[in-house]
Amino acid sequence: METRELILIEHFCTNHEIEFSFIDSLHAFGLIEVIIHEDNKYLQQEQLKDVEKMMRMHYDLDINMEGIDVISHLLKRVNSLQDELRITQNKLKLYEKED
Amino acid sequence: MEFIDYYNILEIQKTSTEADIKAAYRKLARKYHPDLNPNDENAKKKFQQINEANEVLSDPEKRKKYDKYGKDWKHADEFEKANQQQSQSRTSGGGQQSYGSSGGDFSGDFSEFFESMYGSGARTKQTKFRGQDLNAELHLNLMDVYKTQQQTLTVNGKNIRLTIPAGVENGQVIKIAGHGTPGANGGPNGDLYITFTIASHPKFKREGSNLYATVDLDLYTALLGGDLQVDTLDGKVKLKVAPETQSNTKVKLKGKGFPVYKKEGEFGDLYITYNVKLPTNLTEKEKELFTELSKLRANGN
Repeated sequence: METRELILIEHFCTNHEIEFSFIDSLHAFGLIEVIIHEDNKYLQQEQLKDVEKMMRMHYDLDINMEGIDVISHLLKRVNSLQDELRITQNKLKLYEKED
Repeated sequence: MEFIDYYNILEIQKTSTEADIKAAYRKLARKYHPDLNPNDENAKKKFQQINEANEVLSDPEKRKKYDKYGKDWKHADEFEKANQQQSQSRTSGGGQQSYGSSGGDFSGDFSEFFESMYGSGARTKQTKFRGQDLNAELHLNLMDVYKTQQQTLTVNGKNIRLTIPAGVENGQVIKIAGHGTPGANGGPNGDLYITFTIASHPKFKREGSNLYATVDLDLYTALLGGDLQVDTLDGKVKLKVAPETQSNTKVKLKGKGFPVYKKEGEFGDLYITYNVKLPTNLTEKEKELFTELSKLRANGN
């Protein structure tokens, strides 16, 4: 296993001064994936941005786990709709009159 | 300096209590937080204003100065000193008045401070903060994204060597991890997001990996059939035109479209629409012949 792309959760929590239980809760809600290797728990590098976003929602905006779950789902839909909008706008350009 | 009405920004009264201010800030922060409003510049600006207003109004000392001095509240200490000196010189019978500097705990622009630290109002200890993400726009022509190429961009004074994959679409956003602003207190760097703006091509319209073009076809080739050379993005091709080809007939040239994003060697199709052009400036002989033809048709041949 390539440990280079994995972040030890213990270190992550120490650096960000948050409780381990917060990461546990995110995992319990199915919001993140936790990799267990040789009795240590890790986060994947590409999940970091999402985890930090959820931290801000919880610690700065007082949003609970249920709220984070709902918001994460809605944000995925928003991103998907924005992509769809961009594609549709590009298609509409086909019908624009040339000057 | 233009006056910023912090009470207005937080949608509260001047008589609001600390609890009211906290509740108002929390409510608006949840509404406008950039994490909850992706790609929304207005929300981002509003969030910065809300944070600035909260930082001032939630601090009793700062609020007092703001309430007393309004737009000049940052120079409150200067004014206080000046007032003290004035009243001292009045009681001592005159003397020189002098104005010292404020002592400087409000140096710099508050908005710039919050631009780098949004969302951290509730956590003021030495927490590590991830750097802010940066957004940039890259304007390209259609041919610039026909083949994968490398380009050097300068973002925030730094040169970044970027590989632009073939087939990237107009409006598409690519993330370059770690090339945003540096993190605070040892936190990780933010990311750089590049939005591609692809200009329209004069001849080819693009939809995904398919291209569309309209080609003029002379009347005689349309009626009698023949060969026609058309342009594609990688050169000319010869098409066989079937006899009696109608105007607006479409032909598909498989694999002559645009590269499929991130799929090496895979291409979309090119759709050609024929536009049959009637001859103009007819000679007398041509008019004669066309008149004869029209009579043939009229006679039911």
